[in-house]
Amino acid sequence: MTTPVDATVDLRPGDPAPVAPSPRRRRFSRAAREAGLAYALIVPAFLVFGVFVFYPFVRNFYLGFFSTPPFPGQPKNFVGIDQYSDVLTSNDFLDSLKVTVTFAIITVPVGIALGILLAVLAHQKLQGIGIYRTFFSSTVATSVAVASVIFGTLLSPQVGLLQGIQTEPSILQNPNPIIDINLPVIRSFIPSVALVAVAVTTIWQNLGLSFILMSAGLQAVPDDVQEAAEIDGAGPWSRFWHVTLPLLSPTIFFAVVVGSIFAFQTFGQIDLLTPRGGPLKTTNVLTYFIYDTLQFSKNDGKAAVLAIALFGVTLILTLVQFRFLERRVSYER
Amino acid sequence: MGRVGIQGVTKRFAEVTAVDDLTLEVADEEFLVLLGPSGCGKSTALRMIAGLEEPTEGAIEIGDRRVNDVEAKDRDVAMVFQSYALYPHMTVRRNVEFPLKSRKVPKTERDRLVDEVTTMLGLHDLLERKPAQLSGGQRQRVALARAIVRRPQAFLMDEPLSNLDAKLRVQTRAELIELRRRLSATIVYVTHDQVEAMTMGDRIAIMSEGVLQQVDVPQDVYARPANLFVARFIGNPPMNTIAGDVTRVDGGVGVRIPGGVVELPGPLGAAVERRGAERIVLGVRPEDLVIADDGPIKATVSVIESLGHERHVICRLEDGQLVIVRQAASIPPPALESAVGLAVDATHVHVFDADTEERVDA
Repeated sequence: MTTPVDATVDLRPGDPAPVAPSPRRRRFSRAAREAGLAYALIVPAFLVFGVFVFYPFVRNFYLGFFSTPPFPGQPKNFVGIDQYSDVLTSNDFLDSLKVTVTFAIITVPVGIALGILLAVLAHQKLQGIGIYRTFFSSTVATSVAVASVIFGTLLSPQVGLLQGIQTEPSILQNPNPIIDINLPVIRSFIPSVALVAVAVTTIWQNLGLSFILMSAGLQAVPDDVQEAAEIDGAGPWSRFWHVTLPLLSPTIFFAVVVGSIFAFQTFGQIDLLTPRGGPLKTTNVLTYFIYDTLQFSKNDGKAAVLAIALFGVTLILTLVQFRFLERRVSYER
Repeated sequence: MGRVGIQGVTKRFAEVTAVDDLTLEVADEEFLVLLGPSGCGKSTALRMIAGLEEPTEGAIEIGDRRVNDVEAKDRDVAMVFQSYALYPHMTVRRNVEFPLKSRKVPKTERDRLVDEVTTMLGLHDLLERKPAQLSGGQRQRVALARAIVRRPQAFLMDEPLSNLDAKLRVQTRAELIELRRRLSATIVYVTHDQVEAMTMGDRIAIMSEGVLQQVDVPQDVYARPANLFVARFIGNPPMNTIAGDVTRVDGGVGVRIPGGVVELPGPLGAAVERRGAERIVLGVRPEDLVIADDGPIKATVSVIESLGHERHVICRLEDGQLVIVRQAASIPPPALESAVGLAVDATHVHVFDADTEERVDA
């Protein structure tokens, strides 16, 4: 028989505290029950991810172990990791990676810089500034297809305003480097005229989003901090450099990471504006290369390897950005 | 250090006139408090001195130059903001150093000045911290250090204590008074807190709805309020203001208020006569009212608030309006709902014109 706990029992320091008898012994602790509930709530999301992300990823990885036969109907050969090493060391892949990196190096910084410039310009207390804000953000409502058609027309050798009529070759068909620099390594990273044209289209199309992001970031910079800097004797440039930009750094960092991922996944513009990643494969970015390998070469094994490679490159790039850029971001408010 | 002059300054935002024809002179090394309720235009006035707002009309002078067309960064004033407005991404050292850096002070000189000021304000151990890692009081001191470090012509302070808790506010107020004595600086200080104004200011400028009401030393603002607004705004509990009619009593002048007639002292009565006013407002501070059986004003005790060291007896006059009597705790309290007489210390009454609300014997 257990002794019932009596409220009048005289407790001395050091005595064990009286434990209230539980009405019924529970099989699991409170923490375990909460954990169980948490897992149950995650299950639906996990299923969706499983079907649409995890399974395709693993399946894709697996596909990369089989080489596609030269003629349809023949059985696939298991070649294991060989296909990975072959594809990833091929000149096709390395050239495509170079084009992709070059494309990202042009579009991401320029897009962000222009976004900051427009956001700062539109951040004035002036009458009618709302009209400019609308203009600046309007491309966010423009699809890749529309942007491509607009620029495709502007750059058309027949009717293009930017192209100038009858210039040969047309800008989008011009594989020549945009500037002629005769330095060994740098030379291979100089983009072709065609790639720059696609990059300009992309920057224009992303500018609305970049502007909106940077405007939102600017709104979060307190006015009185700007005013304090003004009274402390800082001119407009110094205020921008020492106050606005550091306080905008979380937004900029976000835009760099997300913008780089977007840049590495560019496809629509290439498909719509260029002759199949040409001319001379100078606009053959990785995503287009994957598409081309699958669609025209019908080589799904190689395409799978390229897709995994794109994933790996993007992941590494993002990790590198977090490792080296995030240190310079100030999140304090 | 230098003087600050405001001449006929008006500031309009679209429809609203925030500051209306303000003229104010802050002498060199003076501590002037701009006092008023929120929305009275005091902060706008300060921001115009700083150069953060442009006056619609009028002139602003700092030292001996007119600064209307001088940018904030070139005005040589320092400001302490209500929110402190520290640079969140900079350490304490870099925050304090920033005004010097902006003015291209050489590095060795910068280090010396930052050390000097941060030591003076007890911030020396916090130099490498960022504002987010500081308490409210510490941030406030960093804001002060940033203002002091470059020895400007004038300090502008916009409610610098209002974000501190009550205890810290009292302590910081005392520190600020001491600091001010050491710096002997020209300070324009904006607040809505009359205790801060009374304890810190050499003079107080009281504003209401954009209009300057009175500028005087603290004691005179309390003892001789220029109009009804000032009378009601300064003092806690506030002054009792009772409207009444001018009447003649035994050759003198009195005022008939609900519940009785109060006789005015000779000079005050004469001033009322000179004005020819018929309707006036009698102002009596709670400490100048006493409960006395033979008091000329009949009233009923309505509420008694005991504060420990003193007591506020709230009495109802005949027409229902309430007056506050301040009593020492040692006096036995009257019974609730009992009829009492109220006597006025006639030498301390204030009389205002009921129409213009101006002090009669100004």
